[in-house]
Amino acid sequence: MAIEGADIVKAAAYLGAGLAMGLGAIGPGVGEGITASKACEAIGKNPNEAGLITRTMLVGQAVAESTGIYSLVIALLLLFVV
Amino acid sequence: MEFATHTWIQAAAYSSAGIAIGFGAIGAAIGEGHTASCATLAVARNPGKAGEILKTMLVGQAIAESSSIFALVIAMLLLFSNFSAESYLTVATVFSAGLCMGLGAIGSGIGSGFSAGAACTGIARQPAYSSRVMTNMLIGSAVCQTPAIFSLVTSFILLFTNFSARPVSPTWAALLGAGLSTGLAAIGPGLGGGYVAEASCEGGARNPLTTPSVINVMLLGQAVTQTTAIYGFLVSCILMFKSFPATDSIAVPILLLSSGLCMGFGAIGPGIGVGVSGQGAVRWIARNPNAAADITRTMLIGMATAQSTGIYALVVALVMIFVM
Repeated sequence: MAIEGADIVKAAAYLGAGLAMGLGAIGPGVGEGITASKACEAIGKNPNEAGLITRTMLVGQAVAESTGIYSLVIALLLLFVV
Repeated sequence: MEFATHTWIQAAAYSSAGIAIGFGAIGAAIGEGHTASCATLAVARNPGKAGEILKTMLVGQAIAESSSIFALVIAMLLLFSNFSAESYLTVATVFSAGLCMGLGAIGSGIGSGFSAGAACTGIARQPAYSSRVMTNMLIGSAVCQTPAIFSLVTSFILLFTNFSARPVSPTWAALLGAGLSTGLAAIGPGLGGGYVAEASCEGGARNPLTTPSVINVMLLGQAVTQTTAIYGFLVSCILMFKSFPATDSIAVPILLLSSGLCMGFGAIGPGIGVGVSGQGAVRWIARNPNAAADITRTMLIGMATAQSTGIYALVVALVMIFVM
């Protein structure tokens, strides 16, 4: 079968999209998990501040999430726009 | 040079057997080594309980070993089965089955080892409650093995289903993607479940009165840890059982292969992260049982956030399969 250049470019974009979202999901998952772990530890040490600790945890996790969202955006761009 | 289909299939089966047991041996060995190191320290701490600690170590190691025994079973099947030579798709299924089981055994082996190690340490610290610690370890380690069992099931489906009626392109890529999805997705949840079980064995020994609530939260945490492994298994099942129309393009097969890679890699991080947060929660519920409700709530919120990138990966994989 004859493979055209455009076909190869498309295949590469799809492979890139899969790898971007797949590998990009590793870091935020681990990082946010560590944050949640330490938040639980902090509540264990000082239960009176549970609300404040949970809030801080969520803000920190939102920042850690950003790279995962970048990966998602790039993956969708590769799938639909490029 | 032209070779018969049978030759390629045999060559693929032999190399895949090597991949299966090669990768599959990594996890259990590390896990059991960790257990043995904890057991050695535990005997130094409490030599009077050496017999009990040795017994716990061996039981824990036996559970950790099961994931690599699954890999051994698949390797043996690949070595000695007669595969149908009707279609080149069998080359893809044997490779995929070996990769799936080999990669899938890594996380569970290491994870079960963590839980067994903490149980040995715990028995040295609190010998009067050794049977409780042992029960805790058995439950925790057993749950750690689930991702490896998903991989085993996927490998069996790949090896024993007859795909020869399907078009070679793009089915070869879908089948390879299916193996990679479950295999890679099993690494994180296996490891994460081990972290949670480790904290539970440690906590039950540190504060034996909290054992029931610690085990409850451990099971809750481990259940959430498994979700990304289930996503991986789901994507595999779709890739294996959906039939894709024949195509000449190279883009379609690569699309299906990368949907498997996307879900597989994407499940690693959330699995580990959710496990780490469960570990922190269980550990501190054992130390401060009065804060159990607050800790459990924060743990679940934190886990939901850590899970989000796994859900993105699932969505992207499903878009690749169904929308593109």
